[in-house]
Amino acid sequence: MEPFTLLTGLVAPLDLINVDTDQIIPKQFLKTIKRTGLREGLFFDWRKKKDGSPDPEFFLNQPRYQSALILLTRDNFGCGSSREHAPWALLDQGFRCIIAPSFADIFYNNCFQNGILPVVLKADEVLALMKHAVGTEGYRLTVDLGSQTVTSPEKTTYRFEIDPFRKDCLYRGLDSIGLTLQHEPEITAYESRRKTDAPWLFSDIHS
Amino acid sequence: MAGKTLFDKIWDAHVVRAEADGTTLLYIDRQLVHEVTSPQAFEGLKLAGRTPRRPAATLAVPDHNVPTTDRKLPIADQISAKQIRTLEDNCRDFGITYFGMDDIRQGVVHVIGPEQGFTLPGTTIVCGDSHTSTHGAFGALAFGIGTSEVEHVLATQCLVQKRPKTMEIRVEGTLSDRCSAKDIILAIIGKIGTAGGTGYVIEYTGSAIRALSMEGRMTLCNMSIEGGARAGLVAPDEKTIAYLKERPLVPKKDMFEQAVQAWQRLTTDLDAKYDATVSLQAEDIAPQVSWGTSPGMVLGVDQKIPDPRTMSDANTKSATERALTYMGLSPNTPITDIAIDRVFIGSCTNSRIEDLRLAASLAKGKRVAKSVHAMVVPGSGLVKQQAEAEGLDHVFREAGFEWREAGCSMCLAMNADVLQPGERCASTSNRNFEGRQGAGGRTHLVSPAMAVAAAIEGHFVDIRHWS
Ligand code: SF4
Repeated sequence: MEPFTLLTGLVAPLDLINVDTDQIIPKQFLKTIKRTGLREGLFFDWRKKKDGSPDPEFFLNQPRYQSALILLTRDNFGCGSSREHAPWALLDQGFRCIIAPSFADIFYNNCFQNGILPVVLKADEVLALMKHAVGTEGYRLTVDLGSQTVTSPEKTTYRFEIDPFRKDCLYRGLDSIGLTLQHEPEITAYESRRKTDAPWLFSDIHS
Repeated sequence: MAGKTLFDKIWDAHVVRAEADGTTLLYIDRQLVHEVTSPQAFEGLKLAGRTPRRPAATLAVPDHNVPTTDRKLPIADQISAKQIRTLEDNCRDFGITYFGMDDIRQGVVHVIGPEQGFTLPGTTIVCGDSHTSTHGAFGALAFGIGTSEVEHVLATQCLVQKRPKTMEIRVEGTLSDRCSAKDIILAIIGKIGTAGGTGYVIEYTGSAIRALSMEGRMTLCNMSIEGGARAGLVAPDEKTIAYLKERPLVPKKDMFEQAVQAWQRLTTDLDAKYDATVSLQAEDIAPQVSWGTSPGMVLGVDQKIPDPRTMSDANTKSATERALTYMGLSPNTPITDIAIDRVFIGSCTNSRIEDLRLAASLAKGKRVAKSVHAMVVPGSGLVKQQAEAEGLDHVFREAGFEWREAGCSMCLAMNADVLQPGERCASTSNRNFEGRQGAGGRTHLVSPAMAVAAAIEGHFVDIRHWS
């Protein structure tokens, strides 16, 4: 996984609440057995007008947001299905950071597994940034994971909270399975304790 | 020391290791796997040269992509077929139990787990699917995970987790006639909102919950995720034990007795504290119908479509306007005036035998309205077999419902069962997001009883007064 340390990038604003994973990537793109190439499915139904032609109003169809690295959006982003295809598609589009007042749990977790930093800022801070991002062409933010800050061109700095363990994994781009496997003796010890306490959980399910 | 909640007891029994900051390595007893969210996990294992730690702790089944028409025919959609084949190959390569498409035990992953007795009280259960919360009906801590975590659990049988907060949702009293678990959970989501449960594990308590059957409890826990909570719990009781006894994967004889003793301790202590509590009175819950594009946009069937012009909060107002445009509805329309084109009875929320029995009892001797295309999709091959043994399929067919093979079907329309743009559907599934059942399709979430009545009348009706 690619580490995330410091990112300065163009911001793309999506001013909607409750954006669910069915919208981020509709079901027809879930039939893939790969993690890559999902960009064409990103916000698929929102990118087109009723007649199937591209909707020039939709933010990601506008040339000014083409190279955006930061997605700025509203409450409860990523709710709904657990599909990791959602962060895969966002990553494939180029997003490395998503800023919102709140995220749905599973989506939030999935971001960290893919080198994407989800940043939680206060609702009024997001609204202020949203205004700037819409109003100013080429609006860029600097996101510093080390100091847990987002800095705007107006030199306002917003601080965000993040779980220290997750921060460390993302900052160093660690393989989380590898980390867990370092505790293998403890897993084995747990299993042998558990075999005594709850032996029925270890009977073979093969039938 | 303060007492423990049911959640605390399960969590504490699964801690392999906890860091000072609360980061916990949590042991996962069981994992369910389906074709859509697993290929990349198996690929990851292969690339890293890893193997599953306990293949026998995993059960796999294709459900999302499978056709619900004749199974003897090859799957027309080549990409779907490939995804299912990939699951089959991975299970063979890694020694994982697999119920294939021609296996009577095949079905929606959250229907077959309980049906087989794979789901047990006091366990931790995960699946790359948000509706894993369903299994909480048995007093199991069950939650959905992403594909990277599916791989993590396969490789290590553990997950790195932060302890969530606990919320009690207490429902006391007696439901009105023909109201069911689906109405309870929709009413709860209407009350707490779709993010109300974020960061929490919900425990459902109270006399109305205790009165629910196991099927009803599954319906309830299933939609915990629609309220933002990753998991919902109901403490196991005599009904739980009676349901599980003799199921194929449940421990037998002495081992069963030993397990039952442990399960009986799985209750919240009287002096335990929840981080939040919400209360509802069952008598106040009318049959629910969702009217918008988020499960929180839901009302009693006796209400009218909300009017954005009367809303002061700008967010709610714009979300309502957007939803009404998508749904093709005008403010102040009585819900019972909404005419429907399609009816879908199925999904991991409402496709179990009890749901089908109830639906059939209401459909018996009636006819689906001419303007409506209605289908019933059982949750598993075994549910289908049972329903057929009871003659429910005849009741449905005679009333004009299609009777299908088991699978997710039109719940998310990944197979050939899809709404056409603009079509309006009364659905017993769990999500009414834009395009969920087909691009441009309009979904109203309801209970099986409400779906049957709507199929027959061609519009929503208040089933409390329907004959
Ligand atoms: S029935 Fe619907 S909600 Fe349930 S697992 Fe299948 S697609 Fe998901």
